[in-house]
Amino acid sequence: MTLSAQSLDAGPRPLRARLAARRVPLSILALCLLPWILPSEALAVNVLVYGLVAVGYNLLFGYTGLLSFGHAAFFGTGAYVTGIAIGRFDVPWFAALALGVAAGGALAFVIGLLSIRTRGIYFSMVTLALSQLVYYIALQASSWTGGENGLRGFTVSELNLFGWTVDFLDPVKKYYVIMVFAAAALWFVSRILNSPFGSVIEAIRENETRARACGYDVERTKLISFTLSGLICALAGTLFALHLAIVPLDILHYHTSGMIVMMTLLGGAGSFFGPFVGAFAFLLMEDVVSLWTPHWQIVVGSVFILFVLFLPKGIWGTLMAWRAGR
Amino acid sequence: MDAELIAMQLFSGVALGAILIMVALGLSIIFGMLGVVNFAHGALFMVGAYAGLWVASLTGSFWWGLLVAPVAIGLFGMAIERVLIRPLYRRSVDDPLLLTFGLGYVLVEAVRIAFGSDGIPFPTPPELAGVADLGIGFFPIYRLFVVGVVAAVLILVWLCLEKTRFGLIVRAGARDPLIMRVLGVDIAGVWLLVFGLGVGLTALGGVLAAPMRNVNPEMGSLVLAEAFVVTVIGGMGSLVGAVVAGLLVGVAISMTALFAPEMATIVMFALMALVLLVRPQGLFGKPGRA
Repeated sequence: MTLSAQSLDAGPRPLRARLAARRVPLSILALCLLPWILPSEALAVNVLVYGLVAVGYNLLFGYTGLLSFGHAAFFGTGAYVTGIAIGRFDVPWFAALALGVAAGGALAFVIGLLSIRTRGIYFSMVTLALSQLVYYIALQASSWTGGENGLRGFTVSELNLFGWTVDFLDPVKKYYVIMVFAAAALWFVSRILNSPFGSVIEAIRENETRARACGYDVERTKLISFTLSGLICALAGTLFALHLAIVPLDILHYHTSGMIVMMTLLGGAGSFFGPFVGAFAFLLMEDVVSLWTPHWQIVVGSVFILFVLFLPKGIWGTLMAWRAGR
Repeated sequence: MDAELIAMQLFSGVALGAILIMVALGLSIIFGMLGVVNFAHGALFMVGAYAGLWVASLTGSFWWGLLVAPVAIGLFGMAIERVLIRPLYRRSVDDPLLLTFGLGYVLVEAVRIAFGSDGIPFPTPPELAGVADLGIGFFPIYRLFVVGVVAAVLILVWLCLEKTRFGLIVRAGARDPLIMRVLGVDIAGVWLLVFGLGVGLTALGGVLAAPMRNVNPEMGSLVLAEAFVVTVIGGMGSLVGAVVAGLLVGVAISMTALFAPEMATIVMFALMALVLLVRPQGLFGKPGRA
């Protein structure tokens, strides 16, 4: 399902290879244009944040081949820790951001340690269950997290760094500040995928037994991939908290994990541009459909089912396969 | 804390566990046979409860709801297998999982459209209201009834799997579907029936659970996570595992609710983490599977 096989492309530099070589600058260019394409800046920020979660998730699902249903835990932990650090301890925003990322990454390491002991279908169930544990802990610890009402009271109105001040209430400026982090994360992911480590995770996806036979430490590689993926999701979570200035409890629910899975698959799992395309398509669909019915989930869910049945490579993957086939 | 209170709480743990067994058993049978994890299982539990409510309100009798809803939802499950899941058998194991997740999403929203987003109370049938004195304490009759029904269904399922020709085919097919096909068995038809049976069991669980809690569109998403915990603890594909783990989780939840209520929702996950550390394949699972 996630067969991308970039190395198998024949012919003189097909479109895919040319795109792949410049994938980071091209992504950044597309992101720069995003607020001018979409109907509102708020939607653009949402695409940015959810696209980033999907990018992190894709590292694990699309490239390592592990179907986690627990990534809401890292996304949510990043958001909660940042919110609590700012609201309760008056930590400066950049330190709160770093704390959120570190906490989400640490949680990913722990959950990864437990869930990687299982394989195949068990892995999805265990990651879902462990992330629900995090959800219930946040629900119970309401003096810290605000429980069902969500976390409030940490509005960041301007960002200061090295004497620079940015008005964070201006939606366009907010978008471009968040975009800088997203761009850095994209570059980071691109570096990972180009490294030998990137080849090993794809080898594990294609054939775990063979990767093991080649002498790679499969468990350790999976754990590193899981943690890196969690780190990026946590970064997206911290940006989400700064953006919305509230953290709803639902961010930790496994429905959020499911949404991340859907976005990644809609766009194209195992492709570099796929996750952003998926987040864009999903959120635009939600935005448009909810104009005429509050039950947008039935439309989005049906579209998702059709994609699994007929276009398992997602929008971007199908587009590339179609180009290659011509 | 007196013994009577503990006995009562222990018993409500068993009743809770009985519902979890119904859900986890369906999940486990479907996985053992088809290799599909049904992520719509919780949603079908919820749909079962609504179907029971609907039939009961049409006929004016809880018993019709209890009888008709699981069969109807089981048939619906067979339609799902035929139309949506069968095209995916040759693909990655992740595909049916993703598809059923999307299906769960759609089912929840469809129920919201048909019955509204708010919870609906499901009254205990008058014949089963009240409490019974068993000598060691007073127990709600309805919960005794639930435990009785689940025990009867378990015996039926066990007899069906161990003593009938159909059960023989199911067990053999779980080991090696290809050989079954070579022997001239219509394995696709068996898979259809097994999926229907598994879905019917979770729908029955939904109808049985309905009078113990309100019926609402979100009731399935909680149950799905609980059923996953039970299957991971018990071991996927094991009937005994589902029963033991279901009771274990039910009792653990109700006993923690008594002594440390704030930990009640968390304890089952801690149990699962413990089992994963000591025995990743589950208490009754075979090592190869996990």
